[in-house]
Amino acid sequence: MDDKLKKDLQKTAAHIRLGIIEGVYAAQAGHPGGSLSIADTLAYLYSAVMHVDPKNPKMPERDRLVLSKGHCAPALYAALAERGFLPKEELKTLRQIGSRLQGHPDMKRIPGVDMSTGSLGQGISAACGMALAGKLDSASYKVYTILGDGELEEGQVWEAAMFASHNKLDNLVAIIDNNGLQIDGKITDICSPMPIDEKFEAFGWRVFKMDGHDFESIERTFADIEKVQYQPVAIIQTSIKGKGVSYMENNAGWHGKAPNTEQYNQAISELTELLKGLVD
Amino acid sequence: MAEIIRKATRDSYGEALVELGKEYEDLLVLVADLADATKVEWFKKAYPERFFDCGIAEANMMAVAAGLASTGKKVFASSFAMFAAGRAYEIIRNSIGYPHLPVKIGATHAGISVGEDGASHQCCEDIALMRTIPGMTVINPADDIEAKAAVKASMTLDGPVYLRFGRLAVPVINDNPDYKFEIGKGILLKDGTDLTIVATGLMVNEAIEAAKILEADGINARVINIHTIKPLDTEIICKAATDTKLIITAEEHSVIGGLGSAVADTVTGCCPCKVVKIGVQDVFGHSGPALKLLKEFGLSAENIAEQAKQAFQNK
Repeated sequence: MDDKLKKDLQKTAAHIRLGIIEGVYAAQAGHPGGSLSIADTLAYLYSAVMHVDPKNPKMPERDRLVLSKGHCAPALYAALAERGFLPKEELKTLRQIGSRLQGHPDMKRIPGVDMSTGSLGQGISAACGMALAGKLDSASYKVYTILGDGELEEGQVWEAAMFASHNKLDNLVAIIDNNGLQIDGKITDICSPMPIDEKFEAFGWRVFKMDGHDFESIERTFADIEKVQYQPVAIIQTSIKGKGVSYMENNAGWHGKAPNTEQYNQAISELTELLKGLVD
Repeated sequence: MAEIIRKATRDSYGEALVELGKEYEDLLVLVADLADATKVEWFKKAYPERFFDCGIAEANMMAVAAGLASTGKKVFASSFAMFAAGRAYEIIRNSIGYPHLPVKIGATHAGISVGEDGASHQCCEDIALMRTIPGMTVINPADDIEAKAAVKASMTLDGPVYLRFGRLAVPVINDNPDYKFEIGKGILLKDGTDLTIVATGLMVNEAIEAAKILEADGINARVINIHTIKPLDTEIICKAATDTKLIITAEEHSVIGGLGSAVADTVTGCCPCKVVKIGVQDVFGHSGPALKLLKEFGLSAENIAEQAKQAFQNK
């Protein structure tokens, strides 16, 4: 990967992480852990993959993204702000009365949000519907959907998995954010969905694995999936819940909790330091 | 007297879809492994490339329908009322209702008249569930004519619609040139001054028959057909309450949360009067022939007339 591109992506991801912290801190509520774990992937999708236009957010031929793990809305909002869909200042209105930035994404309020989500397991089905529509119209767009690994415990995910492979939806890409933690603890302690790769393979998907915090791995994976035909694609990304904020990393306690002022300051300072190191 | 023609509204649904398929080239129909029973099989035969069997997975089907609708496709999603409104309730609420996507839900086999399949399949809660979703239109047609009109009219709404159909063949009662279907508009079938019977679905015919029985007893009943439970025609209900000061509601649905509740909610606000709710009285059904079950559960002209008479005498 080109160094400049890599640095730019790292900067975008750091800004998304800052946006997540600003939003969740201002709201004193929200889900920082799983938002931080998908920041790099969102940075890559919106910078290097998805064909979208902030000036024409509803254009029919756009690529679509369904955040099936809708509680990670702060990451989506920050990524949309980075891409020019929202003013960055607005991120601080997260979860406030009158704000467009609802606790979970609302497609009716925010340009760039393709589906209202929040209740786990449903976004992947809606993404299947969008992908099917694309097939019927012989459209060139792709549909990306991001799921949590805990979300795989929802039975509906597997209904959707069957549907997608049965209908050969090779324009559908499901990214599984495998950070290993859910609200109540480790996914392997609660009701393990492992092995995730074999399950999707058994359901007829082409499975890829990537490091969700390594842009070289992300770039390679997104290049590899282009070759897939007649099968939906699952990308299982290994990630760290809370990635980028030291005290949040790998801690289920930060699934749905806001930092206090001291913690906020530390998070901002860590991310600002990171950005300083990325100066050309 | 002309011979009574009977037809199940699920058949009307299936036929209407085939007609609509011709008119709307982007109309899609989804079903969850009940193509034959819900009569969308006919659409499948006519337009196989626009038909998708989602298998026994109602939750996924509803959100797939939402995804399709989000791209501008016109979509009907079909199953039995029990599995559409029941099993997939939360998916309909969050993925169709909340984003107000124009998915049309065709729910057949509603109510106790499912018959032999028994309580597990006799959905008497669907109207209650669906009418709690903001922006959801809920239509429960009375016969073939009304069912077809409802399916077609639902296409004109830019929002979700729940259409309720039955398995049992019911008399065609709206086969007259004056019949006009308008979503949200109740239909005055017979004027009257002593009391009003407000009915929906297959109970509309029973209400008409009940009015005849009451007539013979010297009671002049008004009869109103409410095909659209939501949005409810509050004007026709409030006028009935004001004029007749006694309302009998009749529905093949639980008395909790259905037409009776909607009517009672309405008259409480505009002109409080006694409302007697005829419906399934907060019990589960059981197996048996549909017509016998309807009688057993009091969903008959005779029971409406009896309850109406009693209430009128105590008025």
